[in-house]
Amino acid sequence: MSYLQKSPWIIHYDASSCNGCDIEVLACLTPLYDVERFGILNTGNPKHADIFVITGGVNEMNKEVVQNIYEQMPNPKVVVAVGICACSGGVFRECYNISGGVATVIPVDVYVPGCAARPESIIDGIVQALGILEEKRNEMKTGTKEAA
Amino acid sequence: MSQLDPFLAAGLFIILAPVVGVLITGLDRILTARMQGRVGPPVLQPLYDIGKLFQKRQVAVWGAQSFFIFCYLIFIVFTGALFFAGGDILLVIFAFTLGHVFLVLGAYVSYSPYAHIGAERELIQLMAVEPMIIIAAIGLYQVNGSFLVGEMANHPGLPILLLPGVFLGFIFILTFKLRKSPFDLATSHHAHQELVKGSTTEFSGWTLAMVELAHIYELVVMLGFIWLFFGDHLWLCVIAIAAIMFLEILVDNCTSRIKWQDALISAWFVTLVAGAGNIFALSIM
Repeated sequence: MSYLQKSPWIIHYDASSCNGCDIEVLACLTPLYDVERFGILNTGNPKHADIFVITGGVNEMNKEVVQNIYEQMPNPKVVVAVGICACSGGVFRECYNISGGVATVIPVDVYVPGCAARPESIIDGIVQALGILEEKRNEMKTGTKEAA
Repeated sequence: MSQLDPFLAAGLFIILAPVVGVLITGLDRILTARMQGRVGPPVLQPLYDIGKLFQKRQVAVWGAQSFFIFCYLIFIVFTGALFFAGGDILLVIFAFTLGHVFLVLGAYVSYSPYAHIGAERELIQLMAVEPMIIIAAIGLYQVNGSFLVGEMANHPGLPILLLPGVFLGFIFILTFKLRKSPFDLATSHHAHQELVKGSTTEFSGWTLAMVELAHIYELVVMLGFIWLFFGDHLWLCVIAIAAIMFLEILVDNCTSRIKWQDALISAWFVTLVAGAGNIFALSIM
């Protein structure tokens, strides 16, 4: 297990979520779930982050914000879409201003469905993302797939 | 310390300080978590963080920031090496300040408003802290009759008995240096502050790793200063450091960040009353 998997720092962004999933994401930091046990920190700064945890279906207004945050994160990085809205747009999918899921804007690595997603499944999603993070690092080292 | 060859002592510092610093920082994080009713990360978490940052890609808007941060790390390491080699304490303090000036320059290089405000606050912190550090050096000179750290460390008595005010003032400004609440104006180890990550906002990859490493060296240097107040009573010094660290963590968890005006005025007030008052009393004695 490399250092990368032992110290994943996350940035959390609310892309027009109803705040249900956001509260569950923040619940992961509370004494009951305490994700800092795994070295996970909520940085709030894209340049320090390894995992982009994003909730909500992404509307036309924050599309560029989501892309901007994603581009500011240094490689290797992974994206975890939390909640059914982030996965597919959920009940808001047909709305005129909703893009219909995070994957329409940036590449998503792990989908965590649920309305709202349970803290247990969010933590599970992040732990699965760690495996992908490690793969991406190996790709970066060997230079098989060079991301910009 | 004087028995050791100065070069050997400096070498030992460069190798052992990260080990000691990582352990203290790791225990700090566990204790902080326990105070908040959480379990907390493993003790070696700071090591994992630094290792991780070296594995990440470096993103810099302008490459000069990496150079400045490298200078910051080098000067902090130089400061510590000079200190533990028993060098002149004034030179130690000036090298220490110079290191921080490089940190400020590194933060100023980017165009990020967060980093700029962080850099400004870093300068304010320097202004708040420097007088007390100089006064501590003067006080230690009055007690030992020498500016050499090597001679101070072998003081047979307890300099703290003659310098209680200076010691108190030094503990006060230690909160600035350890970047703990309420004086963590420029950057903080906790997320969700009003300035995001302040002066370190624009650093990533190994630049950020160097900042973290420099903080760890800095911690050991600051704890070294505390040692000078206890002369050759090493056990008393270890107990004092444990008590001080506990107090710092407690204060960190009980308070929130204050305005820079309050931070600056309170630091200067303590410096003037406790620090300078102690020096004055000692000089007329």
